[in-house]
Amino acid sequence: MNRVVITGAGTINPLGTDVPSTFAAMQDGRCGIGPLEIADSDRLSIRIGGQIKGYDEAQHFNRQQIALYDRFTQFTLLAAREAIGQSGLSFTGPLADQSGVVLGTSGGGLNTQDENYRAVYEEGKNRVHPFIVPKLMNNAAASHVSIEWNLRGPSFTVATACASSNHAMGQAFNMIRCGMAKVMVTGGSEAMLCFGGIKAWEGLRVMSKDACRPFSATRNGMVQGEGAGVFVFEDYEHARARGADILCEVIGFAMSSDASDIVTPSKQGAARAIAGALKDARIAKEEVCYINAHGTGTAANDKTECAAVADVFGAHADSLMMSSTKSMHGHLIGGTGAVELLACIMALRDRIVAPTIGYEEPDPECAIDVVPNVARDAQVDVALSNAFAFGGLNAVLALRKH
Amino acid sequence: MSTQEQVISIIAEQAMLDTSDVKPEDTLEHLGVDSLGLVEAIFAIEEAFDITVPFNANDPSETDFDISSVAAIVAAVEKLKAEQSK
Repeated sequence: MNRVVITGAGTINPLGTDVPSTFAAMQDGRCGIGPLEIADSDRLSIRIGGQIKGYDEAQHFNRQQIALYDRFTQFTLLAAREAIGQSGLSFTGPLADQSGVVLGTSGGGLNTQDENYRAVYEEGKNRVHPFIVPKLMNNAAASHVSIEWNLRGPSFTVATACASSNHAMGQAFNMIRCGMAKVMVTGGSEAMLCFGGIKAWEGLRVMSKDACRPFSATRNGMVQGEGAGVFVFEDYEHARARGADILCEVIGFAMSSDASDIVTPSKQGAARAIAGALKDARIAKEEVCYINAHGTGTAANDKTECAAVADVFGAHADSLMMSSTKSMHGHLIGGTGAVELLACIMALRDRIVAPTIGYEEPDPECAIDVVPNVARDAQVDVALSNAFAFGGLNAVLALRKH
Repeated sequence: MSTQEQVISIIAEQAMLDTSDVKPEDTLEHLGVDSLGLVEAIFAIEEAFDITVPFNANDPSETDFDISSVAAIVAAVEKLKAEQSK
């Protein structure tokens, strides 16, 4: 089996418009969650989110591109630009045919849907712009990445709600591992902060009105965010032969299904995915120093996740760190695992563990070192990234320092 | 603006040309307007003139909306305007 490494990373999210600014914000424990600036927010009961403020699409794309690129596609392309730029790869000849793109998203072009439903229902218009379908489709971002960088190999989009990015990156990892591809551009994106996108989440009554405080006894729900994270996964021998700067190695991936409830998380399902990732990576549980938690800030997720970690790691659960960066950037839904993988890379490469901010009071059901409020210097050799989706679909990645 | 000026303005935007570079005798192919650009131009024409253009991208020759040149499009728009204002 081929080894797989990461040779490029890119992002745009509520904490920053690139990887260095995101790392700086995570190290400072900065919060990117604030008042939502969207149409009709006065009719929402949830009025906060991890929104990318000051974003002007016209600064990055021309009019023709904007006619085809929903906000989630735009975020993807900006993150891909940074990641592929860092990798130093150009896709020509045989490499183009052996390279693909697999991305996660949950809502796809939800802003496009929202705007055009408004046009036809609210404003009573009888025609919409001709490119609504290619703009809103969930695979638009993956396709535009493949078009812009000439990635002609296996390419598709994964939609598993909050685990979409992790499932996508797991596919990319295994495709390189088994020889299906040399390079995969992977990660995910979400842009759900529109009136309909928030309204739907309000209905579930799991949203916080003031802050995301994962694992804190005072937590009162999740906060939505938006943005993208994109990575270049590359065959290790290929990366080594061209002298690429290797950010870290991807060593394992596992997924599981709770097969029980459409929204309530299961400790067993989560534990099977975590244990599966360790087994796939062929590592002892004691090697894991850091876990980037799913950590949504809901009552159910956080206690279930801590119980699963305790089950898998036993006594070692007391000596590992597990933080949730959602406290800073919010829950990016289908893009969340990708942005959160950045925290793992920062821990492995820069030896700085991102904190769980907003932490106020210990919860006996979340008795784990959540790196409260302040980032920490630590030697981390192996890190996991958890994602547990609505629908009971779990996906966990394992990374090693290179 | 006359119908011709409006149509030329819409086509020029799709072709990313100055309006002075779009002549009545030009074809869309000559101007570099591809099939997606054509569909977008037809949408813009419908919006600008408040008409419905009977155009099927699967078979542009199926309907009598003539797109063989800029002048033909202008004439077709004039015809639709007259028909649909009744």
